[in-house]
Amino acid sequence: MFKGDFIKNLPKIYGTYTGGFIVFIILMAIAEQAGVSAKNIGVMFVAFTVLIYALIGYLSRTIQVDAYYVAGRQVPTVFNGMATAADWMSGASFVALAGGVYFGGYTYMAFLVGWTGGYVLVATLMAPYLRKFGCYTVPDFIGTRYGGNLVRACAVFVLFIASFTYVTAQINATGTIASRALGIPFEAGVWVGLISILICSMLGGMRAVTWTQVAQYIVLIIAYLIPVFWISSNVGGGIFPHLMLGDEVARLGELEQQFGLVKNSAADMKAAGVPGGLKYISGTHSGVPEGGMAVWKYLSLAICMMVGTASLPHILMRYFTTPSVRAARKSVAWSLFFIFLLYSSAPMLATLSKLALMDPNLPTGIIGKSISEVQSIEWVQRWSEVKQVFIADFNGDGILQLNEWFMRGDVVVLATPEVAGLPFVISGLVFAGGMAAAMSTADGLVLAISNALSHDIYYKIIDPKADTAKRLLVARVLLVIIGAAGAYIASFRLTSILGSVAWAFDFAMSGLFFPLVLGVWWKRATRAGAIAGIVSGIASGTLYLLWVFPKFSVPIFGGVNTPFLGIDHLRFGLIGAPICLVVMVVVSLMTKEPSPAVQKMVDDTRIPTGKAILGKQH
Amino acid sequence: MSNKDAYWNKTKNHMIVTLALWAFFSLVIFMFGSELNTMSFLGYPLAYYMTAQGSLLAFVIILFWTANKQEKIDEEHGFSEREDD
Repeated sequence: MFKGDFIKNLPKIYGTYTGGFIVFIILMAIAEQAGVSAKNIGVMFVAFTVLIYALIGYLSRTIQVDAYYVAGRQVPTVFNGMATAADWMSGASFVALAGGVYFGGYTYMAFLVGWTGGYVLVATLMAPYLRKFGCYTVPDFIGTRYGGNLVRACAVFVLFIASFTYVTAQINATGTIASRALGIPFEAGVWVGLISILICSMLGGMRAVTWTQVAQYIVLIIAYLIPVFWISSNVGGGIFPHLMLGDEVARLGELEQQFGLVKNSAADMKAAGVPGGLKYISGTHSGVPEGGMAVWKYLSLAICMMVGTASLPHILMRYFTTPSVRAARKSVAWSLFFIFLLYSSAPMLATLSKLALMDPNLPTGIIGKSISEVQSIEWVQRWSEVKQVFIADFNGDGILQLNEWFMRGDVVVLATPEVAGLPFVISGLVFAGGMAAAMSTADGLVLAISNALSHDIYYKIIDPKADTAKRLLVARVLLVIIGAAGAYIASFRLTSILGSVAWAFDFAMSGLFFPLVLGVWWKRATRAGAIAGIVSGIASGTLYLLWVFPKFSVPIFGGVNTPFLGIDHLRFGLIGAPICLVVMVVVSLMTKEPSPAVQKMVDDTRIPTGKAILGKQH
Repeated sequence: MSNKDAYWNKTKNHMIVTLALWAFFSLVIFMFGSELNTMSFLGYPLAYYMTAQGSLLAFVIILFWTANKQEKIDEEHGFSEREDD
């Protein structure tokens, strides 16, 4: 099935798969009507989809090095776009993005611009050249271009820090969704999630991850879009929300005026016992905050996310799998198109969800109603029990004010379908989509880390004479170890200490962005420059993070420090990356220019045709 | 100037144009967020629209445009790949 004409048959195979998934959704809807419990429908959704991914993973097993590392470099443009979109959109994107927009409004949407705009950098500065180079991993490019084991090891180190920060959050999300959908404890959910992830990636490496990611993209995009369109027509937002919510956005502005945007003091919230992680609306939905600092905060966050995107190895390595340089470029465009479908829907879902809760003219509205009435609503009770929503009557008037309603961001995606009166089959679908999103990103990240360790550290540095069987055995053992380490850390729920997913972007940007860009665009860049740049970038970025983030700065520096120029812990890449650039340029100019052989290698990298720098098997 | 150098010069200029467009839609317009928000598009305040949807769409269009343009540059200089789909 996976030989020869498999690639030509891809549209047919995934078309059938999509049709089958839709039939499954309809069957579940019938089952719901026939009286199957909501819980069982959730279990069936998650179990069915995960089994399909595992089957694809098994069918894609391989014993060839280039299939394991780069899917045999035969993934067609559009399919690689879908796989990248799934690789990119994490469990956090799926469940938390709409919630972020819901609470953060305009300011938060700097993330949307950042997480999409970065692809322009990927396409112009990186992807086509790395594809031409023919590397298996991102450190493979750095190690070959600059030459030497030390620079290779430095790149692996940055990759490890950035990707590992990211992967624990993903395994955490997989565990959360598995535990909710299957009704098992969180710790067990994490290990269930891990096993599902490993089944998809262990036997077939990049090839298996590619084909499962395409399948996961199809599930996650169906699971995201159906509820958005359905909710929109249910709450009177029109059939095509993306173009038709202008009035609703204006209405939210009026309601904000009417209810007032009040900031609660930390002491009040503590006294009322608001559970950690729950938020309330205190900023405007579509209004732009005034002042230069607000503009800078928006821009600086967007810059960090864009530059970080272009440095994240698990994304860059997806473009190593296309058949040609030209296909790599087009594939970046398709990736962003598929990402756009979800990202442009998240603000619409946030708008609809906010309006459903805030507008007193709608039957679903709760703000401004009496608290006892709100507490008797079924979904409020259910989500209150698991501490996902909370009511604190600060002024004691018995009426729910906007600042008295607390909710976890995830609830926007997970509960809005039932708030808007959609059948439970849709909630089951949303669970399956969340699981697909979290698994696909975790797969890509675990593979990026273990591939770098097995190819760059083990094969290139420790044992260059290892045969294929041994290399692939080491790769698989490392995959299990990395996955297990991520799950072990996730099971302690340490992610709140490990901090935000945004850190992964800042780490990658601090240590990898300029060494990658200058490796292609500046022939004069030398090995010493690259090593000095990577080390100083990652060190200064990390030190700044320790200094600026209160949970670290209090024990280490004995106090809370005011961020320099508004550069807080989400934006520390703005310290690391410029230092990396300056040090790299200065040290490169101080050292002898690269040899003619290296300069010729850079020349060849810049041209789409001709032989790859690194051979098919290396 | 050799063909390779001419090709690389054109590619560099193309990269600069692409990044200028990118900077316009990702950074420049958001420097004027509050001014833009007094205008409206499809009934949305303009700055809100751009960050929620408009800039994202602009990036998608830029990427398809830039890939096609680069392919033309490849062809002009005889560096176009044939065999792929």
